[in-house]
Amino acid sequence: MQVATGKSILPGIAIGPLKVYHKTEVVIVEASTSSPEKELERFEAARVKAQEQLGVLYEKALAEVGEDNAAIFEIHQMMLEDDDYLDAIKSIIETQATTAEYAVATTGENFATAFADMDDAYMQARAVDVKDISGRVVNILLGQTDGSLLGDEPVILVADDLTPSETVQMDKSKLLGFVTRKGSTNSHTAILARTMNIPALIGVEIDDSWDGKMGVIDGYNHCVYVDPTADLLATMRKKRNEDLQQEALLQGLKKKPNVTLDGHEINVYANIGSAADVGLVLENDAGGIGLFRSEFIYLDSKNYPTEEQQFTIYKRVVETMAGKKVIIRTLDIGADKQADYFNLEHEENPALGYRAIRICLTRRDIFKTQLRAILRASAYGKVSIMFPMIISLREVQDAKSVLAECQRELTAEGIPMGEVEIGIMIETPAAVMMADELAQEVEFFSLGTNDLTQYTLAIDRQNPHLDAFYDPHHPAVLRMIQQTVDAGHRHGCWVGICGELGADQALTETFLRMGLDELSVSPSSILPLRKRIRNLDLSK
Amino acid sequence: MKEFQYVITDPIGLHARPAGLLVKAAKPLDSTITIVKADGKSAAATKLMAVMGLGVKTGETITVRIEGGDEDANAQTMETFFKENA
Repeated sequence: MQVATGKSILPGIAIGPLKVYHKTEVVIVEASTSSPEKELERFEAARVKAQEQLGVLYEKALAEVGEDNAAIFEIHQMMLEDDDYLDAIKSIIETQATTAEYAVATTGENFATAFADMDDAYMQARAVDVKDISGRVVNILLGQTDGSLLGDEPVILVADDLTPSETVQMDKSKLLGFVTRKGSTNSHTAILARTMNIPALIGVEIDDSWDGKMGVIDGYNHCVYVDPTADLLATMRKKRNEDLQQEALLQGLKKKPNVTLDGHEINVYANIGSAADVGLVLENDAGGIGLFRSEFIYLDSKNYPTEEQQFTIYKRVVETMAGKKVIIRTLDIGADKQADYFNLEHEENPALGYRAIRICLTRRDIFKTQLRAILRASAYGKVSIMFPMIISLREVQDAKSVLAECQRELTAEGIPMGEVEIGIMIETPAAVMMADELAQEVEFFSLGTNDLTQYTLAIDRQNPHLDAFYDPHHPAVLRMIQQTVDAGHRHGCWVGICGELGADQALTETFLRMGLDELSVSPSSILPLRKRIRNLDLSK
Repeated sequence: MKEFQYVITDPIGLHARPAGLLVKAAKPLDSTITIVKADGKSAAATKLMAVMGLGVKTGETITVRIEGGDEDANAQTMETFFKENA
């Protein structure tokens, strides 16, 4: 048995025969026997053909891996229209009387080298894209078809490197996994493999002698076993089967309601930190977005994000969710989340300091920019606005009046808006005590259990010395939750949890009995939580 | 000639996708649009590989130069473009 290590793209196991793939060595003749005009014509015809192929690949990728990942093929098409690239090819054909394929291959190499030399990992990875499009045009010129890399039997593909187009073209039912010598975890090939859920290892010292041997990719331990021992193979098969069972179990839960055996239903929504997480939200079949942490837009930015920038992001999320509820929490910055350009003063006690709604209500320009962006996005779907860190009735009334001011402005400007639902986070003991009054101002409550626990127990969760005193199921916290649910329901508010406690399956039954209407958890917790709910029986 | 400065906020910088969108937005305009980095390196906004070759990172300030044609309108178009996409 041989073991080789590399970097794993996703935790998973693939078992099957290894197939070593060599790119067809293309023989490129340099000197042309025909005229430069003829070669230019051949090149143009091949370029048009390549564009068509990329159009087809784009559609295939769109269906299999989604718009964001398919965009690379659109970029490839644009690269094939780039003036500098085309001029370089034409100039070589005209001045050196070469064949079209030689000119394309040489230009591809030159541009790839320029990208590979840049001091930016992302741009270095683009060298592969330039080689990919050049290789495509050369293959067309030489009359080579995009031959399938795979035979009839499913295999683990072993290759020096794989281009994004090679990866997308492969028949997924024949590809168990792949191992490459080159590549980066940043490459489009890696991203595609992750999206297609194919175990893959990169940066592995591959060996031609592996061809035809049995292999196992262990994505958990970042290695590949060649000719595994019978014992190891049995262990890996068992692990693989467990993975498959778990996955099948969860997949089988998609499109099923979150309802207990005795008919109690609860909404299960997703927490997200960026627009890029929406794919995971849909994949895991969330009923909506229960917490969009808008502060990440600010933390990823070097300066205050503009109304346009925010609007674009909110609109994309709202449109993608296609009518499902999207609850956007307004800026919750301060404490452990700092952005330099806010120039917040150092505080002795940041958790009790200048943060969240306290910043928004004192720096209204920032607040209004965000509210306007959210209101504009509300024209494209179902949007709710949630204010964080509330301790008093006055704050809610103030925040609502700023919101109303933005609505008046937008109406005067003739900009379309939808109806927005208004809610608050319940994450301070003060808000719990005031819940009856607060409930009369809003339409929903969402319990931020992380902060609520910290403020209720007076325990800093970052401090390891306090672990012995910390109890996430402390009765004081659970009573706070019950009190909030009861107060909300008395005044027609729905009540949910968007803190980590929501995904704690030891409490799922308790939460259902308490009468919570919604649990918002990370996308990967949605289906396991659904499973838990569907196995509960509250009548017992 | 008109110019404006812009700080790139996209976390990966002016990478493939925004660069592609920039080329699409700049091509139909009747001005010559040039992107200039702080170190003086420049590229025509209509050339994808050249723009990507600048390797503009997040937080970098670029100067966008608009020459010839309807400079006022095209500068406005470019400013809006950068605010929305980069």
